[in-house]
Amino acid sequence: TAGTTTSRGSSVLCLSPVPPQASCVQHRLVVRDASSLQILQLYSCVDQIQYIEWSSDSLFILCAMYKRGIVQVWSLEQSEWHCKIDEGSAGLVASCWSPDGRHILNTTEFHLRITVWSLCTKSVSYIKYPKACQQGVAFTKDGRYMAVAERRDCKDFISIFVCRNWQLLRHFDTETQDLFGIEWAPNGCVLAAWDSCLEYKVLLYSLDGRLLSSYRAYEWPLGIKSIAWSPSSQFLAIGSFDEKVRILNHVTWKKITELEHPAVITSKNTIVYKEVEKSPTLDPERLSFPPTRALASSLFSTQSKYDICQVPVSLHYIKPVADKPNPKVGVGMLAFSADNCFLATKNDNIPNAVWIWDIRKLKLAVVLEQLYTVQGFQWDPCQPRLAVCTGSSRVYLWSPAGCVVVKVPGEGDFQIMSLSWHFSGDSMLLLSKDHFCVCYLEREEVK
Amino acid sequence: MGDWRTITVPLLSSDSKTTFTYTSERKSPASMSSEVLRLSLPSSKNMHSFFSAFCTEDNIEQSISYIDRELTTLGFPSIYAESKGKELDLVSMVNRMNELLVLQHKNLRAQEEIEVQHRKLGSDMDHLQNCYSKLKEQLELSKREIVGLQERDRQLQTKNRNLHQLLKNEKDEVQKLQNVISSRATQYNHDMKRKEREYNKLKERLHQLVMNKKDKKLAMEVLNYVGRADGKRGAWRTDKTEARNEEEMYKVLLSDYEQRQKQLLLENTELKKVLQQMKKDIISLLPPQKQKPKERSEDGLVLSDQEEDIGELNKENMWELSCETVREQLTNSIRKQWRMLKNHVEKLDNQVSRGHSGALNEKDVISREDHELETGKLELEIQQCKEMIRTQQQLLQQQLTCDDDTTLLLQDCYLLEERERLQEEWRLFREQKKNFEKERKSFTEAAIRLGLERKAFEEDRGAWLKHQFLSMTADCKSENVTTPSALLKNSDTDLRLVRSASQQRRPPSALSSTLSPEPCQIPQCITQNSVASEKPAGDGMPNLWVRNDDKEETEECPKSWEDSGLGTLCRNLQMEQLP
Repeated sequence: TAGTTTSRGSSVLCLSPVPPQASCVQHRLVVRDASSLQILQLYSCVDQIQYIEWSSDSLFILCAMYKRGIVQVWSLEQSEWHCKIDEGSAGLVASCWSPDGRHILNTTEFHLRITVWSLCTKSVSYIKYPKACQQGVAFTKDGRYMAVAERRDCKDFISIFVCRNWQLLRHFDTETQDLFGIEWAPNGCVLAAWDSCLEYKVLLYSLDGRLLSSYRAYEWPLGIKSIAWSPSSQFLAIGSFDEKVRILNHVTWKKITELEHPAVITSKNTIVYKEVEKSPTLDPERLSFPPTRALASSLFSTQSKYDICQVPVSLHYIKPVADKPNPKVGVGMLAFSADNCFLATKNDNIPNAVWIWDIRKLKLAVVLEQLYTVQGFQWDPCQPRLAVCTGSSRVYLWSPAGCVVVKVPGEGDFQIMSLSWHFSGDSMLLLSKDHFCVCYLEREEVK
Repeated sequence: MGDWRTITVPLLSSDSKTTFTYTSERKSPASMSSEVLRLSLPSSKNMHSFFSAFCTEDNIEQSISYIDRELTTLGFPSIYAESKGKELDLVSMVNRMNELLVLQHKNLRAQEEIEVQHRKLGSDMDHLQNCYSKLKEQLELSKREIVGLQERDRQLQTKNRNLHQLLKNEKDEVQKLQNVISSRATQYNHDMKRKEREYNKLKERLHQLVMNKKDKKLAMEVLNYVGRADGKRGAWRTDKTEARNEEEMYKVLLSDYEQRQKQLLLENTELKKVLQQMKKDIISLLPPQKQKPKERSEDGLVLSDQEEDIGELNKENMWELSCETVREQLTNSIRKQWRMLKNHVEKLDNQVSRGHSGALNEKDVISREDHELETGKLELEIQQCKEMIRTQQQLLQQQLTCDDDTTLLLQDCYLLEERERLQEEWRLFREQKKNFEKERKSFTEAAIRLGLERKAFEEDRGAWLKHQFLSMTADCKSENVTTPSALLKNSDTDLRLVRSASQQRRPPSALSSTLSPEPCQIPQCITQNSVASEKPAGDGMPNLWVRNDDKEETEECPKSWEDSGLGTLCRNLQMEQLP
């Protein structure tokens, strides 16, 4: 049900949000059609591009060259149009579009400030004291407001700006030891802010800066590792180092449930899919000399499929090393499906498993046990369908109907390190270190 | 001697024992004697040997006197006859001897018993001694054990003390470590803050350095400006825009809250619907239950009325009103109903459990409505069972008819035939009865008339006889004319007979049907009649009359009852008249 095409020599890839276009970068910027992969445009930048980003309306592409502190912007419509922003001696560590696609936010080295460049008026605004943290800048989904985490006088602050004219709307301090990240709820009215892993603390602020609620599950052990809002803004899932996910509700901001990630699955209501590998069996009669290329490649490649395991199933568990920083333990990845019905999580000390929870029942529905460490997963933006990659040449798809394994065709090993869905849900970009391929998913025709 | 008895009796204990010993004595007299010899005291043995030489021809007197003296000292009466002085009383001597022998036996027996007892006691003693030694050993063992346990206890206590000490040390250690940690944490935080400040200073400095220097590099090269995505021009930052921003923010918040409220309202209405449905269901479930608590709590009658009002109010305005009071009322009513339902369910549970335990006594405690409910249920069940039985019977019959149709059909035919026949007979009998009744009536009437006539005739005859007797010149013709008329008149004296006759006449019909309740009376009546007829045997005329009647009856009965009573009556009268 899925076809894949590969392309070579890409280093940075990005799918544009609106039209079906993919751009791949090497030294130059190449814009391809997402459906045919034909080259539409070619741009050359002054240096090696480290980061690219499409503007929200897909008219511009931002190419960041952090080493030189330069950002170059290209227009898709007018190939002769270009813009070059030089941050000079202040340096550059991060660059991104504002939601309107007409402003570029550059973070200077040492987080001295954030510079907001306007493509419309050439005006420059500065935001001082941005906090150097994992998720220091957050835009609301409608693009109206921006929240910035700040650090002044050893205290954490949050500033909320109106994106239209970059006016400060609210500025308030937070009751955190060391603010680690901020994230808007999809409805743009609630901002979640959480502390660093040394302390389990989630603070929920209204758009007008009121503290709505704060939540703390426990005190001393390492705290929050990841956070995700449900698309309906109804739930806030918090993954933590104690291998649990806690889900808060949006009415009382109290905990609804606690989802544990045990190494042994005993519940009879849970389906456990286990990936098994098997080498192809070949008839000696079919072997020819010299062997054809296809046969040779198939000889050395192995096939894999999913088996349904009978509970209880014990999963591959890695005992965490206690004396190292950032231990590989706890829930490090979690994502809600687009229809709010499922939550996918990964417990870092059971690295081969993806846990899929049924949010309507608040129960564990499915566990996918892979052969290799799960590198990433992403939900289809249109339907409850999860794509998983494990650094192998296969992409794994789960939907409530079942699981499939899709192998990337072609020679050599295509190690999928990350993936990203096209907004239509019809195709998927698969990235290895220096290759990319697009996986097209045909509409499933039920036989 | 009396004193002696009192001593010996408790020694011997019982007569049965003595008999037993006697028998044993009889069985083995040799052993007994040997025993006697053996058991006798050493002194007595000496005495025995001494006895052999005790009495000789020469010293018989002295020995006798010695014995006498000894005996008297022992409390026996003297062996000498008192009246004759120093003369030996043989009888008393023999008696004494016997007494002595008896005594001896008794002593022997007592001795034997004592011996047995002694032996028993000895064995008991041995046993006890064994026990004692054993217990002593046990005691020793226990003591040793106790010592061991005490030692262990002591050891454990010391261990425990050590552990306690250790625990205390550990606790202290933990406390110390906690203190260390907290102090380190504060120190760390302090250092962090210091470093951060330094870092901030550095940053500030860097900022100044980087920004103040006219950085030519810091620039933006744009070919031409692009329009805004929304097509509008960027606005200047003024107070106005600030106010507008605020306004917009609040608008966003407001819209969000409104949306949320809408959702909540929707949810609420849904929930209310469910609640209403549930309420309805509960009410429909609990009509008898609802009555009961009201009756029970008469003081709470007003309250329940109120509640009802509230319920009505809720029904009408529930969707529109959501103010505090209504909510409270609603929750209250729901709570009440819920409690009622709970009670009901509990009651049902109790019933079920009671039903399982099958305690009949507790059934008396069941409330009336439960009882009624139960009886209703049972009645229904009975009806169902009856129906079931009926259908089963039908089925069975069907099956049977299927099995042997012909025989059953035949049987049915026979039955029908017989029934028809019986019915026919019954009809006949009815008719006969009716006729008979009619006849009886006419007959009684005729009999009455006859009695009257007879009386008249009797009178006439008396008068005529008298007249003839007196005149001897009578006119025969006139007499012949008057007789029938006289006969037709009533006479009281014969009324009784007539009645009895009518009674007698009934039996034949009764016998034919066997369904009449009177047949048992028939013989009585007959006997009565016979008695009655025998009594006035000397009268002549009535007797004759009765006999005739009987005869006539036996003759007429088989013939036909359809004849009118008058005809027979006339014939009777004629027959009567003939003799």
